[in-house]
Amino acid sequence: MSIPHPARPSGSWEHMLWTFTRLSGLALLLFGAFSLAMGFVFGGRTQLDLPGFMRWMFFPNPNHVVNSDIPDVTAGWSNAFWQIYSLLMVAMASAHGLNGVRMILEDYLRRPLAVVVLRMLIFGSWIAALIVAVYVVLAS
Amino acid sequence: MSASRGVSVLQALRYRGRQGMVSWTLHRLTGLGIVLFVGMHVVAAFFLQQFGDPVATAVTAAYESWPTQLFVYFCVLYHALNGARLALMDLAPSLLRFQHELVWLQWAIFTPAYLLPAFFLVRGGLFPG
Repeated sequence: MSIPHPARPSGSWEHMLWTFTRLSGLALLLFGAFSLAMGFVFGGRTQLDLPGFMRWMFFPNPNHVVNSDIPDVTAGWSNAFWQIYSLLMVAMASAHGLNGVRMILEDYLRRPLAVVVLRMLIFGSWIAALIVAVYVVLAS
Repeated sequence: MSASRGVSVLQALRYRGRQGMVSWTLHRLTGLGIVLFVGMHVVAAFFLQQFGDPVATAVTAAYESWPTQLFVYFCVLYHALNGARLALMDLAPSLLRFQHELVWLQWAIFTPAYLLPAFFLVRGGLFPG
């Protein structure tokens, strides 16, 4: 039996976003796995509870582990590496998530004007998410 | 789609798309669940920290409760595993030969990986301390 070629949307922009969704999804899995592993390396096994580990895994920010038994978050948990790391995560995750919302809503929108307005709103939300992320990461 | 084509919910449920239909539906719903939770969390944390707003306090308490955590963990874990399966099949189309087996493999990973933390979340919620 021959294997059918997977269906791919035509058009370069849509195809780029199609590829981005898959690559950013896999990258986010690796990012989550790495921050989880580093949480164990820093001694989180005896200093963090389960929710603390999950908060750290999805957004490695010192505010996310502040209510824990960690004596000093500046020892590994809070530095420029994690700031860049979490900014990359937020930029990818918000683009991935908002593009997903766009794709779902465009399945239900028929009027071309509605699609244009939706895309502007989605893009504005993504820029807003980036601004909030920069503020949160630099202020913590 | 179904809304504009006049397909009722009952007819949609009778559509026997099997594994693919379940995956597609759950992937969309869990994705929306994650966007909803993260968006709510960011907005609530902002108003809680800046103004100590009572509504933000209530929203924060709601999403820190164990039933919400069960829901959020379901969304994240299912979306991650299903997305990994989809992305790997798209990057390596030869895997499509085993697509049904991959779905069962996905559930075989999901079930223990969900139930074990869920057990501790429920136990911690029902019997605190």
